[in-house]
Amino acid sequence: MQDFPDISIPLGDGADFIVNFLDDNLGPFFDFIFWLTSSTISTFDDFLNFLPWWLILIVIFVIGLYFQNWKSGLLFSTFIFLVGSFGFWEELMITVAIVITAVVICIFIGIPIGIIMALYKPFSVFMRPILDAMQTMPSFIYLIPVIFFFALGNVPAVFATIIYAVPPVIRLTELAIRNVDQEVVESAESFGSSRKQILFKVQLPQAIPTIMAGINQTTMMALAMVVIASMVGAGGLGEQVLIAINRLDIALGFEAGISIVFLAIIIDRVTSGIGDKFQRNKGDH
Amino acid sequence: MSVKMKINNVSKIFGPKPKSAIPLVEQGKSKDDILAETGNTVGVYNANLDIEEGELFVIMGLSGSGKSTLIRCLNLLNKPTTGAIEVDGEDVVKFKGEKLKHYRQKKIAMVFQHFGLFSHRTVLGNVEYGLEIRGVPTEERRKVARENLESVGLKGWEDKYPDELSGGMQQRVGLARALANDPDILLMDEPFSALDPLIRREMQLELLDLQERLQKTIIFITHDINEAFKIGDRVAVMKDGKVVQTGTPESILEEPANDYISEFIKDIDRSKIIQAENVMIKPNAVVSLKDGLNVAVREMEANGLSSVFVTDRSRKLQGIVTIDDAIQGIKEKRSLEDVMVKQVESVTKEAYLEEIIPKAVETKYPIAVVNDEERLEGIILRVHVLSSLISEDG
Ligand SMILES: Nc1ncnc2c1ncn2[C@@H]1O[C@H](COP(=O)(O)OP(=O)(O)O)[C@@H](O)[C@H]1O
Ligand SMILES: [Mg+2]
Repeated sequence: MQDFPDISIPLGDGADFIVNFLDDNLGPFFDFIFWLTSSTISTFDDFLNFLPWWLILIVIFVIGLYFQNWKSGLLFSTFIFLVGSFGFWEELMITVAIVITAVVICIFIGIPIGIIMALYKPFSVFMRPILDAMQTMPSFIYLIPVIFFFALGNVPAVFATIIYAVPPVIRLTELAIRNVDQEVVESAESFGSSRKQILFKVQLPQAIPTIMAGINQTTMMALAMVVIASMVGAGGLGEQVLIAINRLDIALGFEAGISIVFLAIIIDRVTSGIGDKFQRNKGDH
Repeated sequence: MSVKMKINNVSKIFGPKPKSAIPLVEQGKSKDDILAETGNTVGVYNANLDIEEGELFVIMGLSGSGKSTLIRCLNLLNKPTTGAIEVDGEDVVKFKGEKLKHYRQKKIAMVFQHFGLFSHRTVLGNVEYGLEIRGVPTEERRKVARENLESVGLKGWEDKYPDELSGGMQQRVGLARALANDPDILLMDEPFSALDPLIRREMQLELLDLQERLQKTIIFITHDINEAFKIGDRVAVMKDGKVVQTGTPESILEEPANDYISEFIKDIDRSKIIQAENVMIKPNAVVSLKDGLNVAVREMEANGLSSVFVTDRSRKLQGIVTIDDAIQGIKEKRSLEDVMVKQVESVTKEAYLEEIIPKAVETKYPIAVVNDEERLEGIILRVHVLSSLISEDG
């Protein structure tokens, strides 16, 4: 048997160094991000907990009715009612607050990056491998550096979730803008539009349905990550799953798991319903 | 007429090193050789055209001959590799930034082959776009947009979305959108090619009507020679990126510059190009109603005719009388008005042969050419209709 020679290239040490360096030097910056994110989450959470449970059920019904039909509305509110009956009402609200915060940040970061990638080829070439890495790295890996920056709790969970979930919205924004019919863009150009006008009056509106599909995927991935992120101390449904695993508690595991599935179904239907609404709006009136 | 746009030695080469290809074209190398040697594609080479104010100028050529490349140079969607394009005496190729924007916003507008409409905007939203980006206030630009939609026959469709309209209607939106900017120059890149033949013919006539009203300078591209000759005041023929002949449809028909063009015009349907005025003869023998039958007979004898048209005092067409009927009428002491045939086939000067042929087949008399006031302007003999269909070389 041939042994590999005794060479060691300390790439891991490098990553370690960079993370430490950032933590030492950009402390105040991370503190600010921490504060911003944690207050966003708790604002959402407080708000959701402030609403009476029956009002939330009604709102869910109305959302289902608006984006799909009354049957979906009924199904969605039944799902939420069941989750409440498992005793996970507060956990559900925390999870929703974390997912919404992560998705909102993903949209704010992802859409501009996607736009820049569509408009500047070199940036796209630079970003692609990064996005590939973000999507293929085991999601646990992100947990380590975010703990460094943000300690344990909901905030690192949000950031791990963002890293994992932001690529679809970036990719689909880029694709959507690139795929806008060339003749349509040229017709805008031929009227003497500035680049900004072409972007905001033509490319982005034309791209919205595809961008919505990206947001849908991002949301689903965020939800999936929230479970994993409970390992760094995020509360909510994921935490219950983790407890169930530790205790080998089948009943608890099933209830927590099915609650996440219910939430996933609702979020998927609603976000894709929003996309459809955009498409239909232009056809109907 | 003055020259509105002067295209001077314009070349457009696509590829990594456009300028390096120019000397090779000068040496007479073919497009394919140049592509293989340098990786550059010759889109247009050394085009020279003077477009006159108010004319409908057609650029015609097979697919890939460089028509789109050339027309896109005119509003700088393509920047010419070399050459100059003078509009009102200024070289627009040098325009950048604000100046370019101003040129595109005010002077020149384009209609696209696949319409290039904004599917997320209503019909009205499409038409007002050009004015919107110029910062024209909402009320005003909506008013202009509505007027333009009305002038292309789309009143009542303002709030629809483009995908709810038929192809022909979508292209009307494209046209209204371009016209809303009130440009001096209208570029149309195969605007009717995506439409089916019936609609296409309708749109061609409407374009001619519109042109009569608005008197824009229009540069129109087509690969259809019948379309080119039907609507063009002048036509330029392109081949492999070069302009090979420029002239009026008649002059190109009569003297094709080379075999390529003769080949092209072989499959042209002359009946769609030749108009009544091209085949009519002067009505030198005409009788007036008050002249009576004797004068009519004398006129016919003097000119060796078997029939003659009858007009009233103001030369309005009244009918036709044949020599046989006239002699018979004199014997029976009847009046000219009594014996003449009142059902006469008549056409206007602008009528195409394709409309005249069925009339020539049906009637036994010559066909009258009249103006809007029914005044006699010319005569078409049946034999002339048929002989004009046979081209000189065919
Ligand atoms: N953007 C481009 N890049 C490279 N080659 C082009 C480009 N646009 C046109 N060409 C080439 O230029 C030639 C003329 O094309 P085009 O002007 O579109 O022809 P037409 O409109 O007469 O069909 C073709 O050989 C085409 O492949
Ligand atoms: Mg073309």
